Amino acid sequence: MSNTNQTAASAAPASILKAAEGKRRRNDLITFGIVIVVYAILEILMKTGLLSSHLKGLLVPMAYYAVVAVALNLCVGILGELSLGHAGFMCIGAFSSALFSQIFQNSMPAAPRFFLAFVIGVAVSALFGFLIGIPVLRLNGDYLAIVTLAFGEIIKNILNALYLGLDSRGFHASLQNVMALGLEPDGTVLVNGAMGITGTPHDSNFTIAIIVLLLSLLVVRNFIGSGQGRAVMSIRDNRIAAESIGINITKFKMTAFTISAAIAGAAGVLFSHNISTLQASSQYFGYNVSIMILVYVVLGGIGSIRGSVIAASVLYLLPELLRGLNKYRMLIYSIVLIVVMLINWAPKAVAKRDELLAGFRSGRKRKV
Amino acid sequence: MSFLTSFVNGLSLGSIYAIIALGYTMVYGIAKMLNFAHGDFIMVGSYIIFTFVSTLGLHPAVGVLVSIVLCTLLGVGTERIAYRPLRQAASPLAVLITAIGVSYLLENLALLIFGADTKSFTSIIPWSGITLAGGALRIQGVTIVTIALSVAILIALQFFVHRTKSGQAMLAVAQDKGAATLMGIDVNKTISLTFAIGSALAAVAGALLCSAYPSLTPYTGAMPGIKAFVAAVLGGIGSIPGAMIGGLVLGIVEILSRTYISSQLSDAIVFGILVVVLLVKPTGLLGKITQEKV
Repeated sequence: MSNTNQTAASAAPASILKAAEGKRRRNDLITFGIVIVVYAILEILMKTGLLSSHLKGLLVPMAYYAVVAVALNLCVGILGELSLGHAGFMCIGAFSSALFSQIFQNSMPAAPRFFLAFVIGVAVSALFGFLIGIPVLRLNGDYLAIVTLAFGEIIKNILNALYLGLDSRGFHASLQNVMALGLEPDGTVLVNGAMGITGTPHDSNFTIAIIVLLLSLLVVRNFIGSGQGRAVMSIRDNRIAAESIGINITKFKMTAFTISAAIAGAAGVLFSHNISTLQASSQYFGYNVSIMILVYVVLGGIGSIRGSVIAASVLYLLPELLRGLNKYRMLIYSIVLIVVMLINWAPKAVAKRDELLAGFRSGRKRKV
Repeated sequence: MSFLTSFVNGLSLGSIYAIIALGYTMVYGIAKMLNFAHGDFIMVGSYIIFTFVSTLGLHPAVGVLVSIVLCTLLGVGTERIAYRPLRQAASPLAVLITAIGVSYLLENLALLIFGADTKSFTSIIPWSGITLAGGALRIQGVTIVTIALSVAILIALQFFVHRTKSGQAMLAVAQDKGAATLMGIDVNKTISLTFAIGSALAAVAGALLCSAYPSLTPYTGAMPGIKAFVAAVLGGIGSIPGAMIGGLVLGIVEILSRTYISSQLSDAIVFGILVVVLLVKPTGLLGKITQEKV
């Protein structure tokens, strides 16, 4: 790997790389700045009591959807593979961390417990990302997309049917019902099938969620800027060319996919520690959630990390804030989605827009 | 005998998946897009039949016919308005997201018009079916009609695609749009025709699905739509016999695992089969392997 890095670095003139590096730094600072400023404003609004309790409840979800959107953008925008199963990784992160928090609920102080739960959630989703990546990344295009969707649904389904209990003899698992666990009288049911995990401590809050968001931005930006990131992008742009200059396709794809899964898992940790009953329902972890996140990524700009954060925040809040329109809000949302896609992407619309912009610019010049 | 009953039920569900998958595989093969709204065409078709038969009290045959016509128009119209302008877009994701938008739009329109409550759909096939083996095996009328219809549709489609000029045009467009245009094929018209066939099949599938499982909500079509796409991928995208086989395999596996393993895990098993098949044959059971060239 270090070999490929060195050749890639020495092939490009140092000045170009330096300029690109500077631009990237500036870009990162702007992204971090936006997140921190928005956080500060919202925090002040909260402290002064200007935010309704409904709005306050939306802040943590807004942050964790931004985190998943960043994760998915790493997969779709940088790696160039369409994943429709990121809700599944979120689900794994949520369940593994909630399980840990529940077991140690009374035997550990909140801060280290949440930290460990976070580490476990991220590690377990990274592990699953790696394991699922092995078969999935052999496929390409829409085949890959449908298999990630399949894995997401499998994860959701199995967690929905999983019963897990703990008693003096240790852990007991079953895929049938609570009775099949055969728990001793002193045992507790940790995961209760479709009822999920109840009573996870509310350890995550808006500040923690923003820290996680900044952390994931840092990881993704660093990855993109690294030699590995450049290798991944070269695979995206031309797999055969990348392979022919000696880039290990499988390894770099796996790395990007695993990191993406791990970050989605981090979002899941935030999710499970912000909700009292964690269930693997379609509403939270079904393929439609993966699709919703994909919409954030595409509308934010494929490959633009900052765009993902902004789009996820705005698009998550938008339908929630339109609750006054109740019945019509999702209808309006869908029409806006279609129209925005047509205006932004249809070659004819793009040409028309460029023409108008060009006319506008030359008109301004003439005035001067 | 309960195994046979389950098997026949699986065959019936599989035939419905196959009918949807046939439409899906043709649309995908030609337009090269994951039409997420395809499942919602099923739902729209079912609501149309529900309105005409249960609310207005017309004959089921009239309802089905109207549903097929309106769904065809809906499919062609959607392609014309929402998908065609994006066919040459810089990213293939653009049209995918638009399809998701169309799916949201149809679901929420249905929600607005018909409400979120479950409508109980009266079967459009009044025939009660036959009893075999001295009453041990009862096959419902809708099951027989579904299986027969899916086979008929398969044969008709195979004939259409391989023996008629329009069908040949479809194959040509699916293979190479540019070359097809050079040969004087009207690509737009061919794609419209494909969407028409796919959407009409979705309407038929909707009628059968809701006759077999008589509960109708705005989200009725979503999961069968996804399953049918899985079936199409399983059989090899673009292959008509493949879609049929994929649909049948999926339906039978789903019902059998629901009966013998766990009703909660049946979806996991269905999707697991897709994963396993694609690992062994990355282009599906009957899919062609295309060599990637530099």
